[in-house]
Amino acid sequence: MTSNIVLSEVEYNVVGKRHLRPDGVDKVTGRAQYGADIRLAGLLAGKVLRSPHAHARIKSIDTTAAAAGPGVHAVVTAGDLPFAALTREELGGDYQRLKFANNHVLAADKVLFKGHPVAAVAAESQHLAEEAVKLIRVEYEVLPPAMTVREAMEPDAPLLHDDLYTSELGQLSERPSNIAAHMAFATGDVELGLTQADLVVEREYQTASVHQGYIEPHNATAFWNADGQLNIWCSTQGPFVVRTNVADILRHPVSRVKVTPMEIGGGFGGKITAYLEPIAALLSQKSGRPVKLLMSRTEVFEASGPAPGTWMKVKLGVTREGRITAADITLAFEAGAYPGSPVMQGAACALACYDVPNGRINGYDVVVNKPKTAAYRAPGSPQAAFAVESVIDEICEELGLDPVEFRLRNAAKEGVRRVEGPVYRRVGLVECLEAARNHDHYRTPLEGENRGRGVAAGFWFNRGFQSSVNLTVNPDGTVNLIEGSVDIGGSRATIAQQAAETLGIAYDEVKPTVVDTDSIGYTMVTGGSRTTFATGWAAIEAAEDVKRQLVERAAKIWDTPIEDVEYADGVLSHKSDPELRMTFKELARQLLGTGGGVTGVSNVDPAGEGNSFGVHIVDLEVDPDTGKVTILRYTAVQDAGKAVHPSYVEGQMQGGVVQGIGWALNEEYFFNDQGQMMNSSFLDYRMPTALDLPMIDTVIVEVANPGHPYGVRGVGEVPIVPPLPAIGSAISHAIGSRMRRLPVTPGAILEAL
Amino acid sequence: MPGVVHVQTTINGNPTDFLCEPRQSLLEVLRDVLGMTGTKEGCNDGNCGACTVVFDGRIVTSCLVLGVEAQGKEITTIEGVASPEGLHPVQQAFLENAALQCGICTPGFIVATKALLEQEPDADEGRIRHWLAGNLCRCTGYDKIVRAVLDAETKLNA
Ligand code: FES
Ligand code: FES
Repeated sequence: MTSNIVLSEVEYNVVGKRHLRPDGVDKVTGRAQYGADIRLAGLLAGKVLRSPHAHARIKSIDTTAAAAGPGVHAVVTAGDLPFAALTREELGGDYQRLKFANNHVLAADKVLFKGHPVAAVAAESQHLAEEAVKLIRVEYEVLPPAMTVREAMEPDAPLLHDDLYTSELGQLSERPSNIAAHMAFATGDVELGLTQADLVVEREYQTASVHQGYIEPHNATAFWNADGQLNIWCSTQGPFVVRTNVADILRHPVSRVKVTPMEIGGGFGGKITAYLEPIAALLSQKSGRPVKLLMSRTEVFEASGPAPGTWMKVKLGVTREGRITAADITLAFEAGAYPGSPVMQGAACALACYDVPNGRINGYDVVVNKPKTAAYRAPGSPQAAFAVESVIDEICEELGLDPVEFRLRNAAKEGVRRVEGPVYRRVGLVECLEAARNHDHYRTPLEGENRGRGVAAGFWFNRGFQSSVNLTVNPDGTVNLIEGSVDIGGSRATIAQQAAETLGIAYDEVKPTVVDTDSIGYTMVTGGSRTTFATGWAAIEAAEDVKRQLVERAAKIWDTPIEDVEYADGVLSHKSDPELRMTFKELARQLLGTGGGVTGVSNVDPAGEGNSFGVHIVDLEVDPDTGKVTILRYTAVQDAGKAVHPSYVEGQMQGGVVQGIGWALNEEYFFNDQGQMMNSSFLDYRMPTALDLPMIDTVIVEVANPGHPYGVRGVGEVPIVPPLPAIGSAISHAIGSRMRRLPVTPGAILEAL
Repeated sequence: MPGVVHVQTTINGNPTDFLCEPRQSLLEVLRDVLGMTGTKEGCNDGNCGACTVVFDGRIVTSCLVLGVEAQGKEITTIEGVASPEGLHPVQQAFLENAALQCGICTPGFIVATKALLEQEPDADEGRIRHWLAGNLCRCTGYDKIVRAVLDAETKLNA
């Protein structure tokens, strides 16, 4: 029995091989420089004062004592943001967006979640800064909070924003509301589809707020020079996004903001928002010194992330033969303190695994007194899948259908139109379902008391977006690869592999470096499973540019027309004169003497998507005395497209699965009745440890993406989607009772028993 | 500075003197006073293991040890694991088995693993999972970490 299987369609020389990552030695020796590791001359330590209340009006802030505190160099509040001096008239239609962005960074009139930044201090040391923030006096008028999506949608719920109106299919509501937006997707005729069904099942589901849980807390260091140049060093998934956000909030030209991405200790979507960077910049501007801000773990929980808690309703109609005839879905997602939950993505993913003739999805984006939600791996998709896949599991039970067979009968494939519009090109869900059905895990019956098996599928778009790569040929025949994609889990390797493959040279002859925003073209975040796909594409394009230039140079050296020269597998040759032949290395050596060096450049924005699907199988056992769930066996099958580096593809799948296991079984924000988080430490917010888990088996099904030169699809998002419903269904089978709220805690299981 | 204490200790075999405030943790001293940033902070309250060091032969979370407690002790950090000849087999195994993604947890895992294998060169999967339960990794799902530890055993026992 093999634990990690790769089902390949095509083989390449470098792509698809398990190379050592270029940053590996630095990371196993402790030498790699993460954001918190930076040291600068004259560096000050900062500390943020945060709201103790979930919802309150700020009546006054007095920073006098703090400013006079020992070692204190600067104190800032929302009044120091340029926004404070701007008026609604000046800003026009941009007012509310900018107000929300600014108030999120530093609260002005109201605090909207416990942990909301109110003020910040820069001092000689961390301890002095911590002491100084305690000297800041804030007077609050405490207001009742709205903590869950259902509560906040009630007509008499406490309002977070008195100027937020529901945007409903392009119209604004008459009265202010916590419902920021209502959106809808529809196809076919749902009512008709329901009449065609032999069985209609309608259920409600809930999921709790969970955190991305990266081990490295947020950090930001800023130095605002006297000439107006603002330099920022931070751990972020998106240095260019930080640059835009900082420039936007500080009303400073983008060209005067340089963001240097340090190594990053995990993000999963949660390290895109600029939380600390604008504050560090303000403190630096005021003190004239570089300032470093670090979040504590409690601050990470209380003021960054989380993924939204949800309430969902799913109605599915199916025929006796197991064909879906109609789907009617409502998703209500918590946005946190400001609008912007991923409910739209959740809605687009909810039915993406299936060919649904008649479907309707309503989505609500609702503000609540929790931290503003952030992206978390396949944002919106896991929650929606929990609801939809759980209903499908109930239907399979009711109709006596095999869950893999049911999914095969309805599976999305080439030509199928998603409810929100796009039509699939070649995708690999059917292949994944078949691989799951043929897998030793699925073919081995699960025996024993209190045990259950669950199966579920999941989807993510894997969109491209902008990336930029420069490739410079060195005289020794190696290549420097300059990229803007932060390496969060091995992407230096996967990008370098694609460049090497295209140039026909060896993997270790390409040396990748991630650089700051001044030194490379615009590159979107490392996230959404786009990096290996889109930045890989940029590397391919830059390599093609190098090849073009090398062909020109060879033609020049041989004094022959360009059309006579060809480049293949790292060798330049004359099409008709076999004497004229040079390897990449031989030509590289001659470049400087024959017209100068060669640099290939590319800026891409790939239009296609790398749509990817996963199918997971889980076996688990429930202890009827304690309610504890033990995962016995787990297999994840995924259409990764071409797996550029199979080890890191497996790693993404395994890591996503385990985050999903945590989400399904343990992880949850607990709030008291005043809306204060009660479990803001790793002791009480319980993420899976090595002891909680078995090995996670993987099957990579390589159905090449027709929209990428090497067939890459992207990997990281999908594996967090199926675990929620797979585990929910497995527990339901083990205990004979349906669990419709996540996490399924031991307490919930004991109650159900 | 008032109340600063002079501490004499040994770090990675080197006699080391430093000044620290009594309230500073060993983690702070390593990172902020001595500039040894290989030891990472993930929680500062003993629950993630990113700051793991060897303290007189036992592994500890350095965020829960005071700097002044280092007086007269022998400390090994991630910076002391590799030798001038090259990586330690545990480091090599982590690298070869793709046992790190973001790498922030890696120093803690490597220090903890090295300590385990020095005491129990044949630890099985269950024992490894038990030993490493104090080290959180959010990226890998632990599969490849456990495989790397088993591979390191093979390398060390060869
Ligand atoms: S930082 Fe010490 S255990 Fe987390
Ligand atoms: S590799 Fe990222 S936390 Fe372990």
